[in-house]
Amino acid sequence: MRVTKTGNEAMAEAMRQINPDVVAAYPITPATEIVQIFANFVADGLVDTEFIAVESEHSAMSACIGACAVGARTMTSTASQGLALMWEMLYIASGLRLPIVLAEVNRSLSSPINIHCDHSDTMGARDAGWIQIFCENAQEAYDSLIQAVRIAEESLLPIMVTTDGFIISHGMETMELIEDKEVKTFIGEYKPKYTVLDIDNPITMGAIDFTDYYFEHKRQTIEAMRNSKEIIAKVNQEFGAKFGRHYEFFEEYKLEDADIAIVVLGSTAGTSKVVIDELRQKGIKAGLLKLRVFRPFPVQEIAQILSRIPCVAVMDRSDSLNASGGPVWTEIRSALYDFNTRPKMINYIYGLGGRNIGLEMLRSVFEDLKNILKTDKIDKQIRYLGVRE
Amino acid sequence: MATLKELSHKKELLSGGHRACAGCTEPIAVRQILMATDTPIVVCCPTGCLEVTTTIFPYTAWRMPWIHSAFENAAATISGVETGYKALKKRGKIDKEIKFIAIGGDGGTYDIGFQSLSGAMERGHNILYVCLDNEAYMNTGIQRSSATPKGAHTTTSPAGKVIPGKKTFRKDLSACIAAHNVPYVAQSIPSMWKDLTNKVQKALAVNGPTFINVLVPCRLGWGFPPEKAIDIGREAVNSCFWPLYEVENGEWKLTYKPKEKTPVKDWLKSQVRFKHLFRPENESILQEIQTEVDHNWERLQKLCEFSVGLV
Repeated sequence: MRVTKTGNEAMAEAMRQINPDVVAAYPITPATEIVQIFANFVADGLVDTEFIAVESEHSAMSACIGACAVGARTMTSTASQGLALMWEMLYIASGLRLPIVLAEVNRSLSSPINIHCDHSDTMGARDAGWIQIFCENAQEAYDSLIQAVRIAEESLLPIMVTTDGFIISHGMETMELIEDKEVKTFIGEYKPKYTVLDIDNPITMGAIDFTDYYFEHKRQTIEAMRNSKEIIAKVNQEFGAKFGRHYEFFEEYKLEDADIAIVVLGSTAGTSKVVIDELRQKGIKAGLLKLRVFRPFPVQEIAQILSRIPCVAVMDRSDSLNASGGPVWTEIRSALYDFNTRPKMINYIYGLGGRNIGLEMLRSVFEDLKNILKTDKIDKQIRYLGVRE
Repeated sequence: MATLKELSHKKELLSGGHRACAGCTEPIAVRQILMATDTPIVVCCPTGCLEVTTTIFPYTAWRMPWIHSAFENAAATISGVETGYKALKKRGKIDKEIKFIAIGGDGGTYDIGFQSLSGAMERGHNILYVCLDNEAYMNTGIQRSSATPKGAHTTTSPAGKVIPGKKTFRKDLSACIAAHNVPYVAQSIPSMWKDLTNKVQKALAVNGPTFINVLVPCRLGWGFPPEKAIDIGREAVNSCFWPLYEVENGEWKLTYKPKEKTPVKDWLKSQVRFKHLFRPENESILQEIQTEVDHNWERLQKLCEFSVGLV
């Protein structure tokens, strides 16, 4: 069914169709609408979910952990400071191997306080043992959230599906919805192996580990993240076969013969495609790698592709504040280390706090790449795009 | 209510072999709490003495389902557990009757967990929250909490040359929770087993959020011989430092009235944490503590008197 929806509406719609057992959430801009719309679904009886309107995001994630521990299919939504307040509990959710699904709307972190999009919040949670999917538009967000239920439950890891604040969350788009009953069939029923409600076979969940076991338990979570790659690929494939929309870990856009390319996450991919089409018409071999699954990081596959491109710009919509570039940059550079042929690379930090990224700015990035390709020289490796300085 | 003999025949849900200190009243309290009902229970603990002494992997002292997630959120975690249960019950995936209890220390309840507790009480979950109040952060090595009494020496409110221990009186958490207008709030102590088991039974029979504040003397943090734990608790009650009462649907009731109210200094004297108060220069503090205890006792009696029939 073709509809027009904002990213938040699309996420909420997916949640309605998933009809989780429990949703515990606290409103925060720009994710508030997801919670509001869902509360209406509950109030109108369109879902029979138990909705807990908690007093903070910390309690939202804590309640999700409790609910998921009893074997209830559990979801929440947040953004920015809210995700930051959940930070402690994110690690506990993955450590206890609870398949919680989170609809996350990317927003900057204070201070200064700012409600607009960048990826600082989600990147701040990148090491928490959560699978992370970045979406280009509302359609992807909707599709990915449905896939997320299966991915989480099969890998026994929590997962966050993210959209860019306001750009996707509040922007209207035409998109395709799946029939309710088809969503239901696709996600199936959740059958947990262990629950804290099993009074006949009681378990102790969240025990204290000392030096003799902590490492082994962490190692298992690490392995689960590694194994989730296969599960993500399987679910992607099944989803594509069933609904005709195909997703991979990343999307290659005109990369095949590209001389210059950029790597982006999220909504900027759409804008980049327009610029690339323009350049292609002028005979310039430009391309794009849109990273969709950031955790687990598809290190081999990315490196394989980028190693044969002469000149690459990595676009980071957040900074690691490490005085040496953004988080995506660091990971991609590291991925390429083992290859004999490596591209000339530069890093752009852009769009912090919702600073607009337009066609003109992206054209300038490709212009820089062309120059590097021509002169074989990089004067400045880490660059800040669209900032007054 | 069951007799002590009947209770002694029930299966212990908290096994021996845990690693609580000798003379610790927490496991005693927990065993009394778990004995109070025949309905299966799921327990949630925040980080604290009880959690670390009973669940050192790969061992567990809990013969029942148990969950811990973090320090400040036992109330939120049990909210999720209870709601998940409700959801699964509604969808016909579980049919058993189960009750939910969170058991936290004073750190995880009075202080860092206060927000999550307040939220859970306000939202009306069908849970019992028990605070095992040993009057300081004992698990991290005896640091002051907002439940620490005035004058007590702790490692972050030390009795020094200029400052004689904790400067302020303790927070009245039970009254704070009563102000949430939940159906049942009580104070109890494992030194009076019947009082505690009765209150737990009452709380679990209520549909909605309930709260019991239990004073658990801490041998290590208070400084007394292990065999004195139960007596010291009784002394706290008899001096009216720790009155036993309940607030049932807004009605305040004393559940124990000492035959003779003993001087609070007799209770203070039995503990190392108050030793410095017995130096001549600190005499006024002893007086202040007695005045505060008297005042609170008066006020409590008036609350009990005036709230009758108000609801």
